[in-house]
Amino acid sequence: MCMDLYNVQKLLQAKVLTGSELMHRQIESCCGSDMMSDVLAFTKRNTLLCTGLTNMQVVRTADMTELSALVFVRGKVPDADIVAAAAENNLPVLATDYTLFEACGILYGAGIRGCSKKE
Amino acid sequence: MTDSKSVKLAFDCVGGDFERAGEASSKIKKMLQRLGIPADIVRRIAIGTYEAEMNVIIHAGGGNVAAEVFPDATVITVTDHGPGIPDINKALQEGWSTAPDYVRQMGFGAGMGLPNMVKCSDKFDIQSKVGEGTCITMQFKHQSEDL
Repeated sequence: MCMDLYNVQKLLQAKVLTGSELMHRQIESCCGSDMMSDVLAFTKRNTLLCTGLTNMQVVRTADMTELSALVFVRGKVPDADIVAAAAENNLPVLATDYTLFEACGILYGAGIRGCSKKE
Repeated sequence: MTDSKSVKLAFDCVGGDFERAGEASSKIKKMLQRLGIPADIVRRIAIGTYEAEMNVIIHAGGGNVAAEVFPDATVITVTDHGPGIPDINKALQEGWSTAPDYVRQMGFGAGMGLPNMVKCSDKFDIQSKVGEGTCITMQFKHQSEDL
């Protein structure tokens, strides 16, 4: 199942930090992780990443793996340079107060699936 | 690699510079996109290159990341003069890592880097000597085959 970022924003009651013009973008799967090594090894293209990690490597990892968007969880807000780097890469960034577990659970409940071969 | 014509791009990476870590891979990725390499191949090359670049920045005190694009394949060569890898077979096992805690806090050091490079590339070679350094070569064919 696909879902656009407008719906993701609504479900997670999220703020859009950058990429408001790209919210029509469709996500095909979701990954929840603070471990970028795992994101690099196990995600598919057009995946949404929910993470509590807010450093530059998240944006780089998103660039390399062609993630569709980032959601920073548990109220974390990245530094302005991280958001600027995401904007430069046309990567929408959202921020939610939900925890990683809750955010993933809400999206799973709405029909979004993960990146494992089982899904 | 049937044609001697190729496009080359190379970058030096500074050890421990995590702000700029990934810049080389990002620039190589953009070049491959400009050259019209299929998107799924570009993605595999970008991931493999980034894993190798991060290793050089984390473990080796810096090194060089080079891409050579032939009509039918891209070759990524990543070299460093770091400590070398004492047991390559162990380093190729998923989950085996010597990364320090501060690297794990940045989201790396899960012991997935080398196995992921093997997975992403069509041909993988690693040469390493303790006290001298490491050289990784990855070859990616340009025929489309998504992971």
